[in-house]
Amino acid sequence: MATFVVRRLIASIFILLAATYLMYILTALSGDPLEDLRTSTAPNKQQLIEARTQLLHLDVPPYLRYFIWLGDLVGITGKGFWLGVTVQNQPVTVLLSQAAGSTLQLVVVANLTAIVLGLVIGITTALRQYSGYDYGVTFLSFLFFSLPIFWVAVLLKQYIAIGFNDFLDSPQIPIWIIPILAVISGLIWMSIIPRKGIQRVITFAVAAVATAGILFYMDASDWFSTPHIGIVGIVVTTLGIAFGVTAISTGLKKRRALYASLAVAALGIGLYYPFMYGLSYMLDLWTWIGLGVVTVGVSFAIGWFMGGNDRKPVARTAAITGFLVGAIISVDRFMLVWSQYANSGRIKGRPIATIGSATPGLEGSLWVHGVDFFTHLLLPTIALILISFATYTRYSRASLLEVMNQDYIRTARAKGLTERTVVVRHAFRNALIPIATIVAFDIGGIIGGAVITERVFGWTGMGQLFQNGLDHVDPNPVMAFFLVTGGLAIFFNLIADLVYAGLDPRIRVS
Amino acid sequence: MSNLPLPVEQPGHRELGVTDAENSIANIEVAGLSQGQIVRKRFFRHKGALFAMIALTFIVVLAFSSVGFQFGSWKTGGWWQYTWNVAVDIENGGRPTLSLFPFAVGNHPFGQDEVGRDIFAVVMRGTQQSLMIMVIVGAIATMIGTVVGAISGYYRGWTDSVLMRFTDIIITIPVIVIGAVLGRRFGIAGAPVLAVILGLVLWTGMARLVRGEFLSLREREFVDAARVAGARDRRIIFRHILPNAIGVIIVNATLLMAAAILIETGLSFLGYGVKAPDTSLGKIISENQVAFATRPWLFWWPGVFIISIALCINFIGDGLRDAFDPRQRRMPTDRNLAKARRANAGGKPPTVPADGGDLDRASVEVSARGAGFQGGGTGARGFYSDKPRDEDRPAPKRDS
Repeated sequence: MATFVVRRLIASIFILLAATYLMYILTALSGDPLEDLRTSTAPNKQQLIEARTQLLHLDVPPYLRYFIWLGDLVGITGKGFWLGVTVQNQPVTVLLSQAAGSTLQLVVVANLTAIVLGLVIGITTALRQYSGYDYGVTFLSFLFFSLPIFWVAVLLKQYIAIGFNDFLDSPQIPIWIIPILAVISGLIWMSIIPRKGIQRVITFAVAAVATAGILFYMDASDWFSTPHIGIVGIVVTTLGIAFGVTAISTGLKKRRALYASLAVAALGIGLYYPFMYGLSYMLDLWTWIGLGVVTVGVSFAIGWFMGGNDRKPVARTAAITGFLVGAIISVDRFMLVWSQYANSGRIKGRPIATIGSATPGLEGSLWVHGVDFFTHLLLPTIALILISFATYTRYSRASLLEVMNQDYIRTARAKGLTERTVVVRHAFRNALIPIATIVAFDIGGIIGGAVITERVFGWTGMGQLFQNGLDHVDPNPVMAFFLVTGGLAIFFNLIADLVYAGLDPRIRVS
Repeated sequence: MSNLPLPVEQPGHRELGVTDAENSIANIEVAGLSQGQIVRKRFFRHKGALFAMIALTFIVVLAFSSVGFQFGSWKTGGWWQYTWNVAVDIENGGRPTLSLFPFAVGNHPFGQDEVGRDIFAVVMRGTQQSLMIMVIVGAIATMIGTVVGAISGYYRGWTDSVLMRFTDIIITIPVIVIGAVLGRRFGIAGAPVLAVILGLVLWTGMARLVRGEFLSLREREFVDAARVAGARDRRIIFRHILPNAIGVIIVNATLLMAAAILIETGLSFLGYGVKAPDTSLGKIISENQVAFATRPWLFWWPGVFIISIALCINFIGDGLRDAFDPRQRRMPTDRNLAKARRANAGGKPPTVPADGGDLDRASVEVSARGAGFQGGGTGARGFYSDKPRDEDRPAPKRDS
């Protein structure tokens, strides 16, 4: 294993060197870096040209200039890790560290959401193969895959952002739309839940009535101006989470797990008011994350002590429940500051942002900044999800279908295991093997892929660094961008191989 | 866009609950037909692919006949009254004159832009460019990819190592990045040059797939037989192995073309693709995105054409994948099964299930259909090697 990793690493370094060389030459030859000066009418034109030539070593031909850049990079020239300067004489290292933060926020959030959503939808379509839901998702993934992202982005800006902001001026869903939405929701649920005959009708009716009820409540309570889940909503959702997580994780037959989850849920409900109106005012980002870790730990401990003979699965179930309950309460806390955020002087009642990664000069607590973060991430995330939706759903669907047709699944069924055990324990785990590798590959490629997204949504990130560099025929920022993307791609390729070998005992790396 | 081959059933695998009666119904469809006939038959059975084919043909004919074609100084006229580079007086405030009730085309069915160019003509010209780029990219990338993959898969050893490391180098650079760098330099030379350049960077996924295909096919008995019979390498590669890998190649060529359209529009959007005075679908959107609130038609029509082309190509690719998959089989409906059983009881051979019934089981193929239709994925290989293979590695994600 160690020799495999070392060998791959050495090979990767050579590949990266060759790729950077190629990239440097291509960028340097892509135009004339002095073009703007040559055409300028400044009296000290000659001086300016000389200054830039000095600054960027333009007197050295590109195929040798690369080695100056490389020498700076590895620190031979005594500057340490140095990526050179841009045309405007700004150090690229500083620019890169600024740009990388904003880009990482975008791609990490967007891709995590896309992966989770894609996996869930792909797996449910595989379990409901050839249902209306399956066909619907298949068609949608074809459609989304054919969408150019910049086109989607403009539509999202117009209809989600501007449309929703307009809607917030008088946030009432017209009465005639409610029945339509209710019927649509009923149809969706009916196609997802596998029932026949009269039971299908019941599913449809329950879903439609519930949707209509929620929408009426939202209208009546002016929900969109003051969004909230409220204690009633919290009780219902946490109990739902407790039952749902137990049903998927261990099965409801396992009483200890159910009781442990319910205990965690009860604890969450009990701590709701102290958290919402007391503790949460004292938190900053890191204490909030720490609190999340404590929540999961405490839930795990509750499961561990209530677990009896079979501690691990019970503790796991309780921990997942604890995480989700904590998340839902935090969401409610974010909603609490919504009206304050939306009506603040910087936002002026138009909360969904179309440009940039944060509202400049916004003051407020962790929660206000959190809401600001969400509103800025919303549109790029939706756009990136739509684009990668096809990959993840189709891939997880195919992978699970393949596993479900294996003989060992038939054996598992034949020995009388419940469908839950067969799907979750026998099928899902094996289906995750190829999915894990593809996810690792994709993470390697995401930063390089987000250039267009950043451009349309006006994020000042790595994409802008790249584009500015390219527009000025300035290899240094372009190379900084490429070092990160190429390095990540190669690193995650290696990770993918290792994950693959780690998950699948049939694979040996040597 | 992931290039990882999708898991599909292994040969000899039987679908759960497929009875002999179902098998006999499925097999009778292919009895006595050549490979080409089977593929054609299966392709035409795929309603989506067939419809996509018709739609694409319509788009091609419309784009090339309406405003004519210009290549350098050579130029043909079209039946449409305006051209894409001539501004005329603005009528109707530039709004589209196309209406369905009552049906009327009018002078400017897609509207006009602020200087008065007819958007129908502009969009048709952009569609031409995109289609041309798509075809050139598809042809070049497929050719290079197939040759590199075939040579490295067939000869193995150091040839393979050198070629695959070279592929690794290219694949490390995101397509949109290398496309932008090269497009900035050469985009000014026109769309065909841009297409050639895109073709020169997009072949990597194809090379890996073809290599994998060759690696497994070269171990087969028919290759040994050919070699024993005295065939040379060239003959073995072109006459014996390549025809067996043609399914993977064709399917991936279509997916490559769909990706090429989106990459070209993306590059033009960023400003590194097709340059003025010529136009492309991505460029129209890029120029007019700020005007969306006031002149949305400048924005809708090019988008509709990009999506239609990409969607058609994806559907055709999906149909081809189904058609070339030898393991794929049609699930007969319960009614057809019962009919077959009755017919068998009466001593008659089972009947072929009738086509039709779009969403019932009759038209449902038992395979990982449609799965992995995205950019270069193939459904032809499982995950059964003893170590991760190079060809299992996907190409970098699509521009997004």
